[in-house]
Amino acid sequence: MPRSRQRILSGQLTRAGWGQAPAVLKRMEFRFPEDERLATWKIAFLQYVIAATFLVLLIGYWRLQIGQHRQYLEQAERNRIRNLPVIAPRGQILDREGRVLADNFPAFSVLLMRESPAALTPPRVQSIARGLQLDPADLQRLVERTAKLPRFQPVVLKQSATMEDIAFVESHRVEYPDLDLLQVQQRSYPKRAIAAAVLGYVGEVSEEMIATPSSPYRPGDVVGKSGLERSYNSVLAGRDGMRRVIVNSRGQEMGSMTTINATPGNDLRLTLDLDLQMAAEAGLGEQPGAVVALNPGTGEVLAMVSHPAFDPNDFARRIDREAWDRLNSDPQKPLMNKAIQAHLAPGSVFKVITGTAALETGTIKPNYTVSCPGAVTIYGHTYHDWVWEKGKGHGSVDFHRALVVSCDVYFYTLGKLLGIEKIAYFAKRLGLGSRTGVDLPAEDPGLIPSPEWVRRAFKRQWWAGETISVAIGQGAVAVTPLQLAYAIGGIASGGLFRRPHLVFKDQLLALGVEPEQETSREFPLREETVDAVSKGMWGAVNEGGTGARAHDPSLDIAGKTGTAQVVSDELQKSARKAEYKNNAWFVGYAPSAKPEIVVSVLVMQGEHSTTAVPIARDVIKAYFQKKALRRPPANQLQTQVREMSQVLGTTPSEAGPAPQDR
Amino acid sequence: MRKTVRFRDCDWVLLALALAIAAVGIVELYSTTAQTALAGQLKRQVSWVLLGLFISVALSRVDYHLVLEQVPWLYGLTVLGLGALLLFGRPIAGTKRWVAVGGLTFQVSEIAKLVIILTVAAYFAERQGKYVTWKDFVKLGTLVGLPAVLVALEPDLGSALTFFPIVAAGFFLAGVRARHLAVLALLGALMLPVGWHFLKPYQRERLTSYVHPSKDIQGSSYQGIQSRIAIGSGGFWGKGIRNGTQSRLGFVPVSHADFIFAAFAEEQGFVGTLLVLLLYLALLLRLLDGAQTAGDRAGAFLLVGFAAVLFFQVAVNIGMMIGFFPITGIPLPLMSQGGSSALFTFLGLGLAMSVNLRRFVN
Repeated sequence: MPRSRQRILSGQLTRAGWGQAPAVLKRMEFRFPEDERLATWKIAFLQYVIAATFLVLLIGYWRLQIGQHRQYLEQAERNRIRNLPVIAPRGQILDREGRVLADNFPAFSVLLMRESPAALTPPRVQSIARGLQLDPADLQRLVERTAKLPRFQPVVLKQSATMEDIAFVESHRVEYPDLDLLQVQQRSYPKRAIAAAVLGYVGEVSEEMIATPSSPYRPGDVVGKSGLERSYNSVLAGRDGMRRVIVNSRGQEMGSMTTINATPGNDLRLTLDLDLQMAAEAGLGEQPGAVVALNPGTGEVLAMVSHPAFDPNDFARRIDREAWDRLNSDPQKPLMNKAIQAHLAPGSVFKVITGTAALETGTIKPNYTVSCPGAVTIYGHTYHDWVWEKGKGHGSVDFHRALVVSCDVYFYTLGKLLGIEKIAYFAKRLGLGSRTGVDLPAEDPGLIPSPEWVRRAFKRQWWAGETISVAIGQGAVAVTPLQLAYAIGGIASGGLFRRPHLVFKDQLLALGVEPEQETSREFPLREETVDAVSKGMWGAVNEGGTGARAHDPSLDIAGKTGTAQVVSDELQKSARKAEYKNNAWFVGYAPSAKPEIVVSVLVMQGEHSTTAVPIARDVIKAYFQKKALRRPPANQLQTQVREMSQVLGTTPSEAGPAPQDR
Repeated sequence: MRKTVRFRDCDWVLLALALAIAAVGIVELYSTTAQTALAGQLKRQVSWVLLGLFISVALSRVDYHLVLEQVPWLYGLTVLGLGALLLFGRPIAGTKRWVAVGGLTFQVSEIAKLVIILTVAAYFAERQGKYVTWKDFVKLGTLVGLPAVLVALEPDLGSALTFFPIVAAGFFLAGVRARHLAVLALLGALMLPVGWHFLKPYQRERLTSYVHPSKDIQGSSYQGIQSRIAIGSGGFWGKGIRNGTQSRLGFVPVSHADFIFAAFAEEQGFVGTLLVLLLYLALLLRLLDGAQTAGDRAGAFLLVGFAAVLFFQVAVNIGMMIGFFPITGIPLPLMSQGGSSALFTFLGLGLAMSVNLRRFVN
């Protein structure tokens, strides 16, 4: 029965056909007991096909898992392990009493990891640049430049990442798994522009430095770019460590494997005394120029100021182009350390050199007297004294008086008597015309002209008249403020020249750094010479001379002023431009018999030397005040205890102003 | 007559093989998702497998002829459903593949796959004769082509492609002539450029990256490269459960779903690969043995159709991990996490057991 029913039903189905709409529901049944059997070989064939396919698959897996296992394992490890540098903090820079001048604070850098095979296509670079607020063209150049570096070396895309940058990296881990953040130690200068020229600044290592053979630097490394940061970079810089971490596919850290700790850089204690530095900075104020304070007995630089200054903190971040251009195009050259790089005529300060040469060679005796009518004609040319404009001369002056009133005519005469060869010889022996060897980069050597020099430089003969200008520190003579301090300090110390330095030699030896070879140089001067010159300089300050403004009854200051013309008299008169104004110089030291401190001051466009004099006085005063404090009477401890108990025992109203908001 | 069905005749070996594979999948699922945001998937997958197990045993009690009788309206409903999904479906991740039923989402194409198997079996059960004719190609081609196009439009080219082996195996079994094959091959070759035209950009990308793997390293070939690294780094013995760095750290994409075999091969090595491949092979051969002994043509076509789609999915999924095929979204039956896929597989197994149970009926 069911069979017949089935037949009928299937017949119906055939008639209705599959071609009709499937929505037409038909009842069907499928019973074909007497169907022709399906060919059994077909199913067996399918089974063989399946078995064969599985064999091929298995061979494929064998090749990967056995044959190329090592290579794929390496790739898997490279995927999950990321080598991150651990940035070593730079050493601090401290003043001689341990006060911090350069420090570090934690900041973040944005890194580009280059281990993953992700290709940085220009559109990707552009969107990264947008996200990090960088110039796309700059970033593209950086990516191209660093393409050749080993892949395990990450590249710093941006230093001092802002909160926005950090948020960008964290929120785009999926799109840019090759971006990462690295905690770094960013340089900071808590005293800002104070001693900026001495400290220098740090910045990203330059392409050229990386390119030099055996360069230990990677792009993005921070190195000292100027000042002490540069000259003692190897001492201050630490050795970066390395951290192997496990990351996921989005570059997020999932764990840490090994860590090679960073070796922090060494701290550097300077000879600089922040108190004197502050006194010098304040003394110079807004005026462009430089102040250098040295201990001539040791060569220790106690203060070094160059104005206008810059804030080295600006460089700790990647400085923007605009700020850099502004600093570079400033006519007052804030990036220049004028204490060692100003190449200027010393003016009358040079008379100390001429005078020393004249006495030392025996050309004159201290009692040698010249009558000064305010001008003198030598070699057919009339040379005016600086008092000529006032319509008078200095009258009859001997060596002492000549230094006190800075009589030009006297030293014109000495110049004529000495001749250029002797002046140049002594100037060089007394520390001018060559680098002092201070431990700062790019020191200017200055210039002491000589017949040989004009032959070499200008291919001409020396003009006899030039000697007369040189004798009073004009003409081609050029010095730096440091050189003047070094020279005058050396002369006042009887011919002992200690190499100026900012870092204690013992400290360098302890750190295993070889200090500069030559530490001191002697050019013994006769006692009478030193005596006469010192007394002259003492007189300039204390006998109503040109340095009278440095006079302080409590201090034993000696010194010499200088007013250096930068252009000819005629030009100066015709165009009263600021840059044509005279440079004011003063080099003072104390005590006059055995100097402990020599201060050289340059006020550019200071018009007259008197602007420079009080600055040196203030620094010297600060030095001795501090010294007096440091060496209190023998019962110092008792005094201190008494003072403290006084403070502790007093009521608040006596100790200070009463709190207002009671 | 129909009462001769006995429960102990049920193909327990088939079920055991399937469960073994599902168990391996669950262990691997645990390994890749433990302590991640996807940890909850494990419980769901276990539930699906248990539910599937129950459904398949229950379905085996139902006479498959009864199921085949429902084909016309099942087919109609499927086509309507796919059409409605395209028209009204809410896109999930840019595609309209899923339909939400009471908090659960189903992939309609998985159900369609089962209906296609039934349709092909019903068609050829009806069909007599030693060889198929051109009319058969047109008729069945249209019947299967319509839902296939609808699925491809979702877009889900991978699932649409799984219909092909069902039809191909059906025709092969029903009997094709050499000239049929020759003409079809020619037609296929002519259609290739047209087909390329209709592909979505990401689908083209996958195909180009299959041909030139180094072209776009972060994009679509990235998945292939990372899964190969995972598999290759597994070595002979594997890295061990929960030690697969490639899968645990997210380098292998969707290591719990489509790419679960890469994660498995990384952690269990070649030994694990061999074991799972043998399990699949045994399962497929067992299904085809059933087709040999089936009581009638309908049963044989049902089993062959099911075996064909399973084989296709297993071969393509496991093959694409090592670059034998382009990357397509085809899950690995029984191992990949996913309710729709598990449901389809266990429904198919239920039908297969139903056929086996009734092999002595006549």
